[in-house]
Amino acid sequence: MIYLDNSATTIPDESVVQSFKQVSEKYFANPSSIHELGADVERLQTKAREQAATLLQIDPSEIIFTSGGTEGNNLAIKGVALKYQGRGNHIITTEIEHASVYETCKSLEELGFTVTYLPVNSDGVVDVQMVRSAITNKTILISIMHVNNETGSIQPIEEIGEIAKKHPKLFFHVDAVQALGKVPLQLHHSGIDLCTFSGHKIHGLKGTGMLYIKKGTVLYPLFHGGNQEQGLRSGTENVAGNVSFVRALRLMMERKQKGYGHLQKIHQNLFNHLGKIDGVYINSSEHGAPHIMNVSVPGLKPEVVIHALFEKGIVISTQSACSSKQSDKSRVLDASGRSSVVSSSGLRISLSYDTSEKEIEIFIRTFTETIKHLKDILE
Amino acid sequence: MHYDHILIRYGELALKGKNKNQFITQLQRNIQQALKHYPDIRVKRSQGRMFIELNGQGPEPIMKQCKKVFGIYSLSLALKVENEESSIKEGALFALTGSPNAKTFKVSVRRVNKGFPIRSQEMNRILGAHLLKNTSIYTVNVHEPDVEIKVEIREKATYIMSTVVRGAGGLPVGTGGKSLLLLSGGIDSPVAGYLMMKRGVQLEMVHFHSPPFTSERAKQKVLDLTKTLTEFGGSINVHLIPFTTLQQEIFKSMPERYAMTIMRRVMLTISEKICHEKNILSLTTGESLGQVASQTLASMNAINEVTNLPVLRPLVALDKEEIITHSKRIGTYDISIRPYEDCCTIFVPKSPATNPKREIIHELEKKVDFTPFMNEAIAKKETIKIVHNVQSDHFDELL
Repeated sequence: MIYLDNSATTIPDESVVQSFKQVSEKYFANPSSIHELGADVERLQTKAREQAATLLQIDPSEIIFTSGGTEGNNLAIKGVALKYQGRGNHIITTEIEHASVYETCKSLEELGFTVTYLPVNSDGVVDVQMVRSAITNKTILISIMHVNNETGSIQPIEEIGEIAKKHPKLFFHVDAVQALGKVPLQLHHSGIDLCTFSGHKIHGLKGTGMLYIKKGTVLYPLFHGGNQEQGLRSGTENVAGNVSFVRALRLMMERKQKGYGHLQKIHQNLFNHLGKIDGVYINSSEHGAPHIMNVSVPGLKPEVVIHALFEKGIVISTQSACSSKQSDKSRVLDASGRSSVVSSSGLRISLSYDTSEKEIEIFIRTFTETIKHLKDILE
Repeated sequence: MHYDHILIRYGELALKGKNKNQFITQLQRNIQQALKHYPDIRVKRSQGRMFIELNGQGPEPIMKQCKKVFGIYSLSLALKVENEESSIKEGALFALTGSPNAKTFKVSVRRVNKGFPIRSQEMNRILGAHLLKNTSIYTVNVHEPDVEIKVEIREKATYIMSTVVRGAGGLPVGTGGKSLLLLSGGIDSPVAGYLMMKRGVQLEMVHFHSPPFTSERAKQKVLDLTKTLTEFGGSINVHLIPFTTLQQEIFKSMPERYAMTIMRRVMLTISEKICHEKNILSLTTGESLGQVASQTLASMNAINEVTNLPVLRPLVALDKEEIITHSKRIGTYDISIRPYEDCCTIFVPKSPATNPKREIIHELEKKVDFTPFMNEAIAKKETIKIVHNVQSDHFDELL
């Protein structure tokens, strides 16, 4: 099998699964318990938090472990909105956000918040100038993703961070779920107040992740209870999940050092070859993230291509896994100005550091043949 | 073009005559120790300065670590260029245009290498003109510039800098001898330790714990505090003294009003014995005058009597607020306020003597000989070495 759906989820690293298993079995105590077993588990989790902080060059107190991207995005956005509604009710985001940001903002509109959904250009990138102009004295939050999950477009987070710095009244949240370990992002001194990460996109396990909360940022929690995670996320900690997440994070950062050039090379290779196939339209930009390639084959239903490739042992996907059940056109491609026929036929090929050049060669060959074959049948 | 070096200045050290070389060697060693997780960098010495070659490593984390190393007066990101007029011009332009929010500038050339054909003043003028010609938003201000472009023309290369960041000051840890810090787990003692380290002192810790009245978490707190202090220099030994039996014995046999004073005397006596054993010539405490009953001058007089070693009290004249400010800045505050009982908070007499008398104590101590208990406690001492950036334990394989 050639697995090219890494933006939906990655294959968990074996040692990460082992770590989860060992912690579940051996360090099962509740870290809040007073006895020695609890103290030991608390120490383990503290150490995990410190290691994550070192890897991300932040402070351990700025880490809240979560169940993943959707929770992190919800906690960040609703947390700011509910805490600071007295300050203002305006939120700025984009039209290409992941559903867990987009729908969260939609839900806040029901509660009386006003949301500006900024458009993007044909490369799928938001205009920094537009972000600046959208800010009003009612704005309390800007939420913009780092790397788009469908096209891999990279948003100008550093520049938006500079704008956010000049408006101390508002908070800047970044959904970095697709960027982690692939596209570098500095958190401190960047103007970023909140940043979401997920475990299962970096060869960790589902149900794991973390939210970076810059020191001094206060949120209204989604879960109330025993005041775990500094009162921001009550509920007995998923210590095994958290430890396994940090392990996955470490492995990812180590692989990034060596693997980044490799990823860029095969991304370029895909770009060059897929663009030459008759009837294939490339949606991703050459300057996008090196692990996501989005193409459309107008006239062919994406499901048909996916099934045909799966029969030949190749796994790719349509748009984003989270919204692919609605066989509509892609909101992201639509927002990037693609025609209806292009945005309803998007296919996503997403890579990992494990993807080999050989696999990509096979994919390109098989994909080319499959498209030709399917088109022949239809004509 | 990017900054590829960090230049380190060590003000106070340069003044120390004979010991200068030893001080600089220690500083270099401490910087290397603080940066040992960055295998690509090199720390080099050169005529009154130190340079860190970044070799591709990003400067941010290196600057952050170095800002904690005592003995460093200031730091600058530096760009290394050839000793060529054209390269220096190009580098100066990079340094200026990369300075955020700067509107005015000044150029300061130091020509250490007298073989370089253009004199400092002339070079100042050439570079200033070059910068003005190639930019439009900057003006020269020699008195209060937003950014000073410093150019040091040295033997083999020229270094160009635009920002000067203050270092931690003080003296390199390890150049000021050793002191044994009585570490309780509260807010004060870690700050006292920090201030001694700032003057170059290498610390060892002694902590008294009383299981089961004090928990494993209280012990962990002390280790975590020590770990935080190692960020300011090297490694620190923690001596953990089991104190339960002694403490019970004292509170059983001594009148309540004097029990606390006598307990402190016992602690100091044990600490002195550790000093003798480890060749340590002083003790440090976090006492601040008048803060609590045991910290009145009369109390200090009564407690101090048991040892002849200097007892250093760097916090003696600080207010609690000042101490808290220090502890928040150095990162020990959040650890110190963890709510675990320590051995000083469990047996608290209702009204301890604030004006204890030596004569009364002498009479009281004649009744019971605590020496065997003290010897037993010392014999059962556990020593843990905490090394900066090294925290290997049984959790490692999971992470």
